Amino acid sequence: MRIALFVTCLADTMFPQAATATVRLLERLGHEVVFPPGQTCCGQMHVNTGYQRDAVPLVRRHVEVFDRYDVIVAPSGSCVGSVRHQHAMVARRAGDERLAGRAESVAGRTYELSELLVDVLGVTDVGAYYPHRVTYHPTCHSSRMLRVGDRPRRLLREVRGLDLVELPAADQCCGFGGTFAVKNAETSTAMLADKMRHVLATGADVCAASDASCLLHIGGGLSRLRAGVGTVHLAEILASTERTATPGAPRRSAARP
Amino acid sequence: MTRRTFLGMPATAPPGVGHLRGTESFPAAARRSLADPQLRRNLRHATTTIRAKSGAVIAELPDWEQLRAAGAAIKADTLARLPELLEQLEARVTEAGGVVHWAADAVEANRIVTDLVRAAGADRVIKVKSMATQEIGLNEALEAAGITPVETDLAELIVQLGDDRPSHILVPAIHRNRAEIREIFLREMPGVDPTLTDDPTALAAAARRFLRQTFLSTPVAVSGANFAVAETGALAVVESEGNGRMCLTLPQTLITVMGVEKVVPTWRDLEVFLQLLPRASTGERMNPYTSMWTGVTPGDGPQAFHLVLLDNGRSAVLADEVGRQALRCIRCSACLNVCPVYERAGGHAYGSVYPGPIGAVLSPQLTGIEDNASLPYASTLCGACYDACPVKINIPELLVHLRAEAVESHRRPTAESIVMAAAAYAMDHPRLYAAGQRAARLSRFAGRRGRGLPPPLNGWTGSRDLPDPPAQTFRDWWAQR
Repeated sequence: MRIALFVTCLADTMFPQAATATVRLLERLGHEVVFPPGQTCCGQMHVNTGYQRDAVPLVRRHVEVFDRYDVIVAPSGSCVGSVRHQHAMVARRAGDERLAGRAESVAGRTYELSELLVDVLGVTDVGAYYPHRVTYHPTCHSSRMLRVGDRPRRLLREVRGLDLVELPAADQCCGFGGTFAVKNAETSTAMLADKMRHVLATGADVCAASDASCLLHIGGGLSRLRAGVGTVHLAEILASTERTATPGAPRRSAARP
Repeated sequence: MTRRTFLGMPATAPPGVGHLRGTESFPAAARRSLADPQLRRNLRHATTTIRAKSGAVIAELPDWEQLRAAGAAIKADTLARLPELLEQLEARVTEAGGVVHWAADAVEANRIVTDLVRAAGADRVIKVKSMATQEIGLNEALEAAGITPVETDLAELIVQLGDDRPSHILVPAIHRNRAEIREIFLREMPGVDPTLTDDPTALAAAARRFLRQTFLSTPVAVSGANFAVAETGALAVVESEGNGRMCLTLPQTLITVMGVEKVVPTWRDLEVFLQLLPRASTGERMNPYTSMWTGVTPGDGPQAFHLVLLDNGRSAVLADEVGRQALRCIRCSACLNVCPVYERAGGHAYGSVYPGPIGAVLSPQLTGIEDNASLPYASTLCGACYDACPVKINIPELLVHLRAEAVESHRRPTAESIVMAAAAYAMDHPRLYAAGQRAARLSRFAGRRGRGLPPPLNGWTGSRDLPDPPAQTFRDWWAQR
């Protein structure tokens, strides 16, 4: 299948490993991945901070870049949520019904990675090997906007060598919330403290999730505490095989040396 | 042909009266509550308990989703023909011997109630727990007129005696534990036993002794209403303690202050809400006391009944096509109990009597966005509130809508709006965007783990490291493979 990668600006800029892993995984499964270079950002940060008018050109760009593809994937529940639940709204609020219609059409062809694998490609065992103790944070937008449900955990349970431990209070938000983390830094930190407490209680080597933004947040906190627990994107685990994995070194933590 | 006069946009709730506005922004107020370990513990314990209880009884109902859809539909229908239903309600209440008053705002409502209490010759009123009267600051208005209001809901009494503010819609003293309640009673409750312990039964018994005397000796009661049936003129109050029932039946005069959105079209509609409300709010299958009355019944209960229909900004909310769904709220508090921000910051941080997610979307609409501009940002948009809402108010959608209103209410550019416009411009120009990505790598020079970043970005690095920017962006990697 020919699949267009919507890389998301955060993964492109700060977490390219999540995006390169998505490419390696899909190619290993026998699919063709294309990267439309005109893409930049879906505009979620602008919309969620109140700058809907500034987001209109970004929605238009996204729609024009991706409209020609039948299947689009992003390694981010949050950005897919924005495409699915916000793009048409932003266009309508700006009075552009035609753009709204096209945005809805693109949204209908856009999948979060675990949705693509399980629902479209019909695979749960992707042939991955990842010999580590992993706990999975389901992320709010994946759970409540996209309803991906247990798809990520079904994928993880098939990974050879992986010891999946349930995260207590997994459905609780990590406190990121985009600009919330800066505008309400203290409340955000209080939420993060509880999330980290639960992650550490699992005894996992790494906390996995399907959103670079939540991982940036949880990883940033764990790194500040020198907790010795890393963060990893679901795509990186699924892309990992006996040939690529380095046992004992799941992932550097977020900190600079 | 009907002649129509455009009267302008409906007014928002006036400032200087009532409790819809805080004195500081949400982040500033939250800073204080986050640092209070007792408050954090009380809130965590209470919200966790009620979440589990509510979740269990909701899971018992196979048709919960259909009930939610029905509740949302009835409320949407009501809001679509509110004027007609309110006039129908007025006619039915009047026919049944009640008197209906229309209050455009808090000032008018307070004046109407104060005049009615004075006309009844009373210097004290007993009160049923009511959000509407908290909203308009009725207690303060009555006190200013020399009338003593006595809250009879146990938790409201704790708040009143403690000279405190409610911090939760349903459990106004949720921020207090029993040791604190004992101290408040010992200090403030007239005639309290000085050997009172913090045993919950003993605390309830002390309140009961105090309230019983008050019930029997006060001729006027003030209540709110959970529902009013347009078809029959019946009013309904649901509660857990029975103290509301005492207020609604013992006095000679009953005055009910009700937000205009509380009306429902038919008696049958109560079937839906009386299933939704207790399960979503207290986690009970049925609320212990449901009191209903229609006007006045000779020889039984209050012989004078006044209904004050309160607008106080509600028409302004109704005028907003997206925002109006907030008026569906039945004040169950489910959104507060599941909200991770509420659980940590507590109710007082929201400034308004309506805290939590619903408060963050209702208060700024009632007052106008300028007066509560920080509230729509008091959320991570995690969506737990929307899932919990028994009338399916899409609170995250509303928060995003109100954030846009907050931004667009600024007449001049702000530092944030300039950055956002520049970012949007760059993101619409891939070459500029790629240059920006390369510049992000310069953040290495922002100090160790980003600690040298300027405000507001140091809000991040105060508690979180920034990762190393990668040596290569994804698009560079793609271009080179």
